[in-house]
Amino acid sequence: MNKPLRRIALFCGLLVLTLLLRDNWLQYVKADGLKDDPKNRRVTIARYSTPRGDIIVDGNPITGSTETSTSGLNDLKYKRTYKNGAMWAPVTGYASQAFGANQLESIEDGILSGTDDRLFFRNTLDMITGKDKSGGDVVTTLNEAAQKAAWNGLTKQGGKGAVVALDPSTGKILALASYPSYDPSTFAGNSTTTDAKAWQKLQKKYDPNDPMLNRALRETYPPGSTFKVVTAAAALENNLYSSADTATDSPLPYIMKGTTTELKNEGNIPCKNATMRVALQYSCNTVFGKIGSDLGNAKMLAEAKKFGFDSEQFTPVRSSASVFSDNMNSSQTALSSIGQFNTAATPLQMAMVASAVANDGKLMKPYMVDKLQSSNVDTIAQTEPQELSQPLSSKNAQILQSMMETVVKDGTGKKAQIDGVTVGGKTGTAQHGVANSENPYAWFLSYAKLADGSSPVAVAVVIEDSSANRDDISGGGLAAPIAKSVMEAVINSKK
Amino acid sequence: MSSSTNSPTHHTSTIGAIGAPSRRNTELALLLFAVVIPVFAYANVGLAIDGKVPTGLLSYGLGLGLLAGVAHLGVRKFAPYADPLLLPLATLLNGLGLVVIWRLDQSKLLQSIGQAGNAAPRQLLYTALGIAFFVVVLIFLKDHRVLQRYTYISMFAALVLLLLPLVPGLGANIYGAKIWIKIPGLGSLQPGEFAKIVLAIFFAGYLMVKRDALALASRRFMGLYLPRGRDLGPILVVWFISILILVFETDLGTSLLFFGMFIIMLYVATERTSWIVFGLLMSAAGAVGVATFEPHVQQRVQAWLDPMKEYKLSQQGVGGHSEQSMQALWAFGSGGTLGTGLGQGHSDLIRFAANSDFILATFGEELGLAGIMAILLIYGLIVERGVRTALAARDPFGKLLAVGLSGAFALQVFVVAGGVMGLIPLTGMTMPFMAYGGSSVLANWALIGILIRISDTARRPAPAPAPSPDAEMTQVVRPS
Repeated sequence: MNKPLRRIALFCGLLVLTLLLRDNWLQYVKADGLKDDPKNRRVTIARYSTPRGDIIVDGNPITGSTETSTSGLNDLKYKRTYKNGAMWAPVTGYASQAFGANQLESIEDGILSGTDDRLFFRNTLDMITGKDKSGGDVVTTLNEAAQKAAWNGLTKQGGKGAVVALDPSTGKILALASYPSYDPSTFAGNSTTTDAKAWQKLQKKYDPNDPMLNRALRETYPPGSTFKVVTAAAALENNLYSSADTATDSPLPYIMKGTTTELKNEGNIPCKNATMRVALQYSCNTVFGKIGSDLGNAKMLAEAKKFGFDSEQFTPVRSSASVFSDNMNSSQTALSSIGQFNTAATPLQMAMVASAVANDGKLMKPYMVDKLQSSNVDTIAQTEPQELSQPLSSKNAQILQSMMETVVKDGTGKKAQIDGVTVGGKTGTAQHGVANSENPYAWFLSYAKLADGSSPVAVAVVIEDSSANRDDISGGGLAAPIAKSVMEAVINSKK
Repeated sequence: MSSSTNSPTHHTSTIGAIGAPSRRNTELALLLFAVVIPVFAYANVGLAIDGKVPTGLLSYGLGLGLLAGVAHLGVRKFAPYADPLLLPLATLLNGLGLVVIWRLDQSKLLQSIGQAGNAAPRQLLYTALGIAFFVVVLIFLKDHRVLQRYTYISMFAALVLLLLPLVPGLGANIYGAKIWIKIPGLGSLQPGEFAKIVLAIFFAGYLMVKRDALALASRRFMGLYLPRGRDLGPILVVWFISILILVFETDLGTSLLFFGMFIIMLYVATERTSWIVFGLLMSAAGAVGVATFEPHVQQRVQAWLDPMKEYKLSQQGVGGHSEQSMQALWAFGSGGTLGTGLGQGHSDLIRFAANSDFILATFGEELGLAGIMAILLIYGLIVERGVRTALAARDPFGKLLAVGLSGAFALQVFVVAGGVMGLIPLTGMTMPFMAYGGSSVLANWALIGILIRISDTARRPAPAPAPSPDAEMTQVVRPS
């Protein structure tokens, strides 16, 4: 019987070997994936085991952490708090014990919760000295005064909308507001009564206004007439018209090529063979529609792409890609060139358009994280401004600036004028809905230029929906005052 | 069997193990480690959780030491030539199990859902009972061959034990498997753990008698020796009972364990590979057949194939689904190579049965890959010492019994550890010695007791040949 016994011994050895191999697979090969799986409760426990690092604006934290009482079923020690949560929600996102985290809270979670490898040395030192692990801080580029101006403007106006302000020379995001918004501290905990109810109430299913949608980055709107800035840039760059003041070849009425449809202007305005300056000042659909049609789909698309259309931006919070379509016929291109048809843009995208013009043609990559710090304010990472593209030459940018300045000085954007500051801008009123039945979107994009020629701020404002009557809505009336107050806030904070 | 130490004055020249070392002092030294290591682990848990050495450290250390001492003295007195490794290895596993059960007792989460709190003192009591049982086996089982007499009584007893959970009013369905019986006032009992031993006795006795018939009367077909139809009877009966267990008690593990044990013993008894082929085919057919219509088995298989889906379903509150498999995998993964350290993991997230069926996951998280490999090797060593005992045994019954018990032990470890680690579908059995549960502790100490008895008999120096009664009658003339 000894031969089979030896074989059984071998078989039992193989059973143990199989278990050992499986364990190596599980605890070595697959270990990191399982350990960092967001569904693994340990990730959440670690995230809230120590006070979370803060998100900082202008040197002051806009977030905080508060200790909660732990018990059997509540194993999370610290809860996130927010100061002025609704105003900052488009920047911070949320970090909820029950519902996870998003935006900056999620993207920089490693730094904020102190688990990032870049904090390894610091944490090891803390372990030796007996200090608790502590999270690092995320220092943002935002400007508190500008954000407040944007938020107050939107709140006072009362309709859905968003504001984005950029520093044209660096791409720093100065304001990022969305309305209606939500206060992330209402569901930061994991109470099944208060937190879960607050969360549920914010879902689109229960609140048709969708307050958790970050309209500044994630919603695309037809840009309407504000897109004419892009079309004008394309005309200059492609040498269709080399100056703002040469008369264009623009008939009135204008029948779109290949159709029998007339492209109309809003009201009786002097658009026949108007110069581009005059056409932008009065917002002539006929002139810019024909420019788009003359340039063709390919050239318009190339220019739009240089401004950032058709690609997502990572600020590092992702923004949706704005749209300018390919494979359009002549009349579709004409409509797209005045910001209708398929054309759609995020508020961030239109702020990028204004900032590229203001920065003499150079488009800087927009970003909102200035630097990451460890808890003892050592800089771990610093974001350097980065040029994304050059949509137009410096000379053409200056031509376009003078056109946009005319709009504010004598045209549709008079409400954005600021004493002692040169302001360039463009209004927009985009129609939407079946047969344009719904309330239009009111747009305004602008930049401010100081006496020394530098441009500290470019803004895009969109007001989505208004209970006001349709004729009253126009970029100049609703959106321009908000843009003005944001620009003033930035200029005053520079002083 | 060494003969170098033969005393020349003795006339027993063939087997000269008179001076063969009993290895009892080796056992004592190893036992010291087996007690000290868990005591350190206990202190470690206390320091990690409360920041201070636990107040019960002294009594725990003394308790475990005392139990080990009693067991050792029992072996020294009643089985002096026994294998020196079995007792220390079992003590170490039992001690570590106690520490981790105590560690899970400290979990607020488990306390709040009533899954832990005072399990460790109870387990210590079970351990004391187990060791008492172990010593009783050594005292009363002077020779393992006595068990041979109870071959058919064992069969009957095993059947009763296996069927008990199905008796209405007595059986209890715990987490889907009906392998428990409830005794009012005493708690619940898992008769399958005891049936394992009793069945091994029956198989050993039966196969010892029938092995020649099973081995020799066969026809050769395609390189395999096929048994005669009527010799197929016993294996078919055991297979059928295993299937019944699977269907009525819905426990894949117990079913697999019994059938596997029988195949191992059949193979050893007959030395015919064909039995293994038959056994594998039959178990595969049985498992697949049952899985097609038994929803509980199907669900276990689904949970094994896609633990994440199972987890999501359980989170959505879909009935009959459990997050345990995924939680166990996360526990292992979060432990990584070296583990979080005792008392610093979150394996209590497994919630139900965290200190019994899933106790290995806590070891995995807190002691890491290194700790689990050590523990698996300790189990492996116990099994190999058991098979070694079978090799050394001089009688076929002892060989069969030893290999049956060791094989069953190995299969149980494989089925439980494999289930918890997601290698095979999860079953309702527990890790021997480590998991919380009285039946398991008692039965496994008895199992070690029997192995120690067989190894003692095997290693014991042969007594001087008894004077032949014939010779006596012819040589000695007694005047009446």
